[in-house]
Amino acid sequence: MVTQLLFFFFAACAGGSALAMVTRKNPVASAMWLIGTFFSLAAIYTLLGAFFIGIIQILVYAGAIMVLFLFVIMLLNLGNNLEADIRGTGWKVMAGGGGLVMLALLARVFAGDVPMPLGQQAGAAVLAAQQAERGTVGIIGIPLYQDFVVPLQATAILLLIAVVGAVMLAKRKV
Amino acid sequence: MESVPLQYTLGLSALLFSIGVAGVIVRRNAIILFMCIELMLNAVNLAFVALSATAGVQGQVFVFFVIAVAAAEAAVGLAIIIAVFRHSESVDVKNFSLLRW
Repeated sequence: MVTQLLFFFFAACAGGSALAMVTRKNPVASAMWLIGTFFSLAAIYTLLGAFFIGIIQILVYAGAIMVLFLFVIMLLNLGNNLEADIRGTGWKVMAGGGGLVMLALLARVFAGDVPMPLGQQAGAAVLAAQQAERGTVGIIGIPLYQDFVVPLQATAILLLIAVVGAVMLAKRKV
Repeated sequence: MESVPLQYTLGLSALLFSIGVAGVIVRRNAIILFMCIELMLNAVNLAFVALSATAGVQGQVFVFFVIAVAAAEAAVGLAIIIAVFRHSESVDVKNFSLLRW
């Protein structure tokens, strides 16, 4: 009961912050509301039992990625002369319609009897048992370095390419 | 610990994704478009975490990869925005037409 009440509270915070992020004119205010969404989502991950993902959410998303966004907003000095940023009424109607269509499609997918090919064999109880056996970090770290070694290396190469590419793109003269 | 029903979390995920889609349509500031894309990635992460309670811990491992790709995407995307800003003194997406046919 308490878990569900907390879930509804943080879900309302996440949804409200996301709406505020889309509707605020000032980019700095938008970024701050997005950070609010990220913190609420971190709380929801913790409620769902994914403690490590919750911490990573705060460290990487709210900590690193949003600092990058705010740094660029302030580097480009976008916070004070607010030009017309939100599109006109026709676009607003289109955005509302598009959002509702997307919501209906996703709700239809999620509300139906979703076949779970990965199986019901690993339920919440199995997850909790694994967490007790291997630790909070271990249930992610051990599969990451045993079953997902190739994707992990591919991610490492991707990050290297991204770092080199970002420096190349942002340099004045190559 | 008692659990939250799967449908609630998936519903919140769908709601956040739809807000992100509406934001991408309605905004013109390229940085805010990027933030809406981050919001959509987070909605997908939430679905992964919710389903990992029934389908195994692999969902949480995938969230890890999604976060790494999101970090790479933010770095490259913001570098492109800085390059475009240097060219046209604005981050409005109407200036991003250089690569369009």
